[in-house]
Amino acid sequence: MAILKVNNLSKSFGKVKAVREVTFEATEGKVLSLLGPSGCGKTTTLRCIAGFENPDRGEIYLDDRKITSIPPEKRGIGMVFQNYALWPHMTVYGNLAFSLQIRKVPKPEIDKRIKKVLSMVQLEGYENRYPRQMSGGQQQRIAMARALVFEPEIMLLDEPLSNLDAQLREEMRFEFTELQRKLGITAVYVTHDQAEALVISDKIVILDQGKIVQSGSPKDIYSNPKNKFVAGFIAVTSFINGRIDSFTEEKKKVIVKTDDGLAIHGFNNSFDIGQKVSVAMRMNVIKFIQDENKNDKNTVNMFRGKIIQSSYLGNIIDYKIKVGNWEVRTNSDAKYNFKIGEEVTFYLSPEDIIVTREE
Amino acid sequence: MQKSVFRKTIEIIIFTVFIFFLFTPVLSLGIWSVALRWYWPHTLPQKIGFDYWLQALGITKSLTLGAVNVVPAFLLSLGIAIIVVIITMMIAIPAGYALAKLKIPALLKGIILILFLLPRAFPQQPVFLNLMLMFNKIGLTGTVFGVILVHLVVGLVFAVWITTSTFSSIPPELEEAARSVGATRLKAFLKVTLPISAPGLIASAVFVFLTSMDEFTGTFFVGLPFVTTLPMTLYSASGSNIQFASVIAILLLIPSILFMILIQKFLKAEHLGGMGG
Repeated sequence: MAILKVNNLSKSFGKVKAVREVTFEATEGKVLSLLGPSGCGKTTTLRCIAGFENPDRGEIYLDDRKITSIPPEKRGIGMVFQNYALWPHMTVYGNLAFSLQIRKVPKPEIDKRIKKVLSMVQLEGYENRYPRQMSGGQQQRIAMARALVFEPEIMLLDEPLSNLDAQLREEMRFEFTELQRKLGITAVYVTHDQAEALVISDKIVILDQGKIVQSGSPKDIYSNPKNKFVAGFIAVTSFINGRIDSFTEEKKKVIVKTDDGLAIHGFNNSFDIGQKVSVAMRMNVIKFIQDENKNDKNTVNMFRGKIIQSSYLGNIIDYKIKVGNWEVRTNSDAKYNFKIGEEVTFYLSPEDIIVTREE
Repeated sequence: MQKSVFRKTIEIIIFTVFIFFLFTPVLSLGIWSVALRWYWPHTLPQKIGFDYWLQALGITKSLTLGAVNVVPAFLLSLGIAIIVVIITMMIAIPAGYALAKLKIPALLKGIILILFLLPRAFPQQPVFLNLMLMFNKIGLTGTVFGVILVHLVVGLVFAVWITTSTFSSIPPELEEAARSVGATRLKAFLKVTLPISAPGLIASAVFVFLTSMDEFTGTFFVGLPFVTTLPMTLYSASGSNIQFASVIAILLLIPSILFMILIQKFLKAEHLGGMGG
């Protein structure tokens, strides 16, 4: 199975620079996700790899073969489209056999391979159905089967699960991962859903406005976001902005001070004194203190705030808390039944918060 | 669900009116075509016979003030229509595909489409009069070739717009999916785009055919004096012999009605869809 190398890829549409010097590598047998908000260039990048867009600059290599200028039909790439693009005038059999007929595979072999790929996506016996007779989830699985039946070197997926409802999407994520692992096929997966990227990826490449912002494993991106954008994109995050005031613990930690007098302790990441930073906190890091007198050891990062919003989600409650001039959100156990307007005390462990750069 | 008697009555009335407006003209033509003698104030013909039909079809010789054999004109109209359809589609399909699929700047695309619209944008008689004068200079008046050219221009107006619209409505991902599994552009067109766009293309062809069969003004100016198509015989007859004219009118209606029946069976939305869940 192949290794994909994308080198300095650039593509503009008129004045819009959709992709700017994008460079990354997809490792054999692994899933690489292109993640980012709408308009970040991830789909354009994918289409350049597939051959449906011609890059202005840069090269694409598949297994050391330069494929930048060769037409899509000669690249040996299987592609799954966002709206499946199944051919409505052909049955499932027709859709799957098409690629094999082009390659002049004999009919008995075609039948065999179709049977095999249909069982892989758990749709045995569906050969004679038409796409319009199947549900969205089934069509999506046929679209995947179609991309795999001719055993391509690499698989490209353009937000394949976006059109499915939430529950089905979650199921299909796992099915995709299982299928991909079983076949050991290399995959490049475009998505705007950060949860999806975290679940399925071996490597995530985050794009914003055409440029790569950060790439790494899901854990890297989640725990060590390079800047505020990545921190906020990869998961719901609250931010408190301030400046680096001083170092502690032999420069292992920093104290961030905000304009309205909050002092927050977090871990140092090569910051300078006075540098503008954002303190990022995820939804699960705020720890409420019910009885102030009981906690004397956690004097660091203790704050008072007021509940300004409360959303009941069954097992948890989503609170919005006003701290100084800032609003922070947290998911909290439903046992803390705070009312709107109630004053609360909470603390943040320095391990749980991430001090990030603005840019 | 119980429909009230009132509601049912209204529906029947509307249906009857609809049928009335649809079929009465044809019925009227039908009665005229078999009326041998019909003078006011009788509501129905006094004498009925198929004489004019037989004369029109060349089965019996015509008498003075009677009908002439229109079969040659009918066959000529038919032949011209078929040739025009073939040539028009040979131009309109690639043109429509290019205008729909290829990356052409919007301004250029607009200009080309407007160009294809222009022949119909002006009053027909001045346009065709002028055309006749120009064709006369190069010896194309009175020739079948000249008439075919006129029908081509008229037919292309509709054909190019319809094919462009048909190809535009096919999602590009369908062709891209074909190419991603190994099909060349041509193969993707033949195996995916063409079958899916067939209903629209056939509708376009039928439209061109019917337009050609019925074309009068241009054919009149360019075709005279040697080329006589069916609409022209209708024009000549309508001044003198209404029964004969009615026969020709019904003959002209036959292809339209036949195609309507065929299309109604063919254009069922069986092959539409297939995109997304």
